[in-house]
Amino acid sequence: MAYSTVADDTRALHHPKTWVGKYVWSQDHKVIALQYSVTAIAVGVVALVLSDLMRLQLGFPGALKFITPSAYLQFMTMHGMIMVVYLLTALLLGGFGNYMIPLMIGARDMVFPFVNMLSFWVYLLAVLVLMASMFAPGGPTGAGWTLYPPQAILEGTPGRPWGIILMLASLAIFVVAFTMGGLNYVTTVLQARARGMTLMRMPCTVWGIFVAAILGLLAFPALFVAAVMMMLDRVIGTSFFMPSLVSMGQQTNYNGGSPLLFQHLFWFFGHPEVYIVALPAFGIVSDLISVHARKNLFGYRMMVWAIVIIGALSMFVWAHHMYVSGMNPYFGFFFATSTLIIAVPTAIKVYNWLLTLWRGDIHLRVPMLFAIGFIFTFIHGGLSGLFLGNVSVDVPLSDTFFVVGHFHMVMGVSPVLVIFGGIYHWYPKITGRMWNATLGYIHFWVTFLGVYAIFLPMHYLGFLGVPRRYYALGETTFIPHSAHLANEAITIAALIVGVAQLLFFYNMIWSFFRGPQADPNPWGAATLEWQTPQTPPAHGNWGPTLPVVYRWAYDYSVPGAPEDFIPQNVPPDGASRHHVT
Amino acid sequence: MAIAIVIAALILFSIAFQLLTPWWLTPLASNWRSIDTALDVTMWVCGFFFVALNAFLAFAIYRYRHRQGHRAHYNPESVTLERRLTVWTAVGIAALLAPGLIAWKEFVTVPKDAAVVEAVGQQWQWSYRFPGRDGVLGTVSSRLVSPDNPFGLNPDDPFGRDDILVEDGEVHLPLGRPVKVLLRSKDVTHDFFVPQIRARMDMAPGMVTYFWFTPTRTGTFEILCAELCGVGHYMMRGALVVDKQPAFQAWLGQQPTFAQSMATAGPSAPAIGGGDQPKADQRTTK
Repeated sequence: MAYSTVADDTRALHHPKTWVGKYVWSQDHKVIALQYSVTAIAVGVVALVLSDLMRLQLGFPGALKFITPSAYLQFMTMHGMIMVVYLLTALLLGGFGNYMIPLMIGARDMVFPFVNMLSFWVYLLAVLVLMASMFAPGGPTGAGWTLYPPQAILEGTPGRPWGIILMLASLAIFVVAFTMGGLNYVTTVLQARARGMTLMRMPCTVWGIFVAAILGLLAFPALFVAAVMMMLDRVIGTSFFMPSLVSMGQQTNYNGGSPLLFQHLFWFFGHPEVYIVALPAFGIVSDLISVHARKNLFGYRMMVWAIVIIGALSMFVWAHHMYVSGMNPYFGFFFATSTLIIAVPTAIKVYNWLLTLWRGDIHLRVPMLFAIGFIFTFIHGGLSGLFLGNVSVDVPLSDTFFVVGHFHMVMGVSPVLVIFGGIYHWYPKITGRMWNATLGYIHFWVTFLGVYAIFLPMHYLGFLGVPRRYYALGETTFIPHSAHLANEAITIAALIVGVAQLLFFYNMIWSFFRGPQADPNPWGAATLEWQTPQTPPAHGNWGPTLPVVYRWAYDYSVPGAPEDFIPQNVPPDGASRHHVT
Repeated sequence: MAIAIVIAALILFSIAFQLLTPWWLTPLASNWRSIDTALDVTMWVCGFFFVALNAFLAFAIYRYRHRQGHRAHYNPESVTLERRLTVWTAVGIAALLAPGLIAWKEFVTVPKDAAVVEAVGQQWQWSYRFPGRDGVLGTVSSRLVSPDNPFGLNPDDPFGRDDILVEDGEVHLPLGRPVKVLLRSKDVTHDFFVPQIRARMDMAPGMVTYFWFTPTRTGTFEILCAELCGVGHYMMRGALVVDKQPAFQAWLGQQPTFAQSMATAGPSAPAIGGGDQPKADQRTTK
């Protein structure tokens, strides 16, 4: 077939000749993946510090003089936007997607390596513009990560002069970067699979990233137009989202726009965004559990269909973020029903993870602990989502700490645990070295127990009615003193979890230089990325000949096989464990 | 091994937390028992799944932890088992969705005899308007909002003259009478949130939104803004006082009508710049 001869032509790879070509303007998907990852994690550290500053204000109001009401809102906004877009989306798709897709499907690289490189540099530009807003006059925007107009662009909200403009510009740039990356991921999965790698033989990691990339291509344009329209409202005085209104007692020239139009556009992006983050995490964790339990993923076909169905349904639930927005309340019937229907395929995924563990041979290594931690936090966060999806139950809980607890558990903590698990899992392949297990265990236990201590009590503060996005609760009769103590305890837990991440960074950096040499396939995994001729994989990934795939990704503990795994590129007779070279 | 024990401990801890928590729904002060019921049903169904799934997780890890010489079972799928789990999950979901939707039907159906009150949000305070003797709220326009006409009432509208205006952030409502709260914002999006009432809604500029409830016990309840509205968001408070009918009538009688407040403002109220609105100063009251 034509594709194999093209793919086998290694001359097409433009092997870099200089250090700059190899590590800076690189077109190698693995280098781009690391560039994406390092940038995303660096900006994520900023978000982590901001979250601890917010917690200090909430736990000990007024203790830090520089945290003014404006600063609090600015920290909150930047924390949310960085975590959702610039960290999670970029790391899971730009980082894991870039590294894993070509290796897992047996390709030499992405199909558009130059566009792939461009995607990273445009993403970096988006990050720099966002960071620049911190140093702009008036500081970054404090409009909340949802950026609801009219307040986002009016006086009375911090960052009105420049912060909001830079935020909107940065988001628009990010969408450009994402589109270049996303097109690449989708096309590569569809066009560049090795011979024998049918769609239903792909590891779930690839499935999750593939569907997430499609979702992103459909959803991010809504964010793009919303950002452009709000920018026009802010800069040249159009009224897309601005009805006639009074600002700080002064009449404005705005007329005829709709604040709810923005909310619809934002959540048409915002809800699929949850799954853009969740689906790659679902995929990665499926593979982690299967490898470390030495057992085939239970119900693979159902897992794949669940990913596809969840992705499709996620485009039809956005207004469950708007039950109390003032939209026609009759929409509530439809969106509550569609939202709760998603719970069924999602529950199937949880069952199949559990059934994968059942009758397995579970090795409780660090990546597996993170995967198990994910199952626990995801069950918790998924179930609390049923409260908020169930329209009338959402009414008293909306905009309270219940919402904060829920979405942190389900799309903050859960994907982050998977990211940690994924990094520990693939680190030996990526660097050729092994991390320190003791530090890894400590990192897991402090993070896992810490996040539960942080987010479990928040749900109950939400039941009580404690509103979110409050700089200080002040004196409120229905909030007992014990709630303030809870806030102090949450803050202490958050500081401990924040500091514990230093262990992770120390472990990763130290091991990169000093860690012991890693086995090319230390976990005995069957997927292709572990079967490369070199570790770390060289440019072009596969040496002179591409691998040929003969089986699905989950042949673990097959009865009669000499070992408890059979790599995907081993022919059916099982005679040879080596590459067909 | 440790992780199995810890997950089992976390299940017990979570159950204990649920039973012993000092933080739970505030005592209900409205007719919205159905929302609380839907929440309780959701809690029971979710609680069951939380305990069952995590107990299975802990047990599976404990039972099938790696031991020398053991090998995993090879079991790609079981269509029957997966189908059964799907059906039972759907049943559980339907069980909690049903009371939710029933409560929502009630939520969107405003009783015909509901009294009307308007709550108006602005950065960062609340004000209120009652329809007055004629029972009809006068028309308003945001273009008419000025220091002398903070509600933006149309002075030409006869229905507006007897509207009763409350500007000090505290509103009274009579006990036991359904009330439809119309919500309007002059500047940015706010949210009228009284935890004890349960029902609530955002107020967005450019539109009028609503919700309804029946106060079921007297007392003073705090009103909080629950939609981020700028730096003063956390200080945007008001008070809802539920009175018995006579006390409510007495309080309402003390509040000024639009006609009265325009009279005190005097005929020298400045005109507002801009195109299409009527001249506010030409039609002040006698």
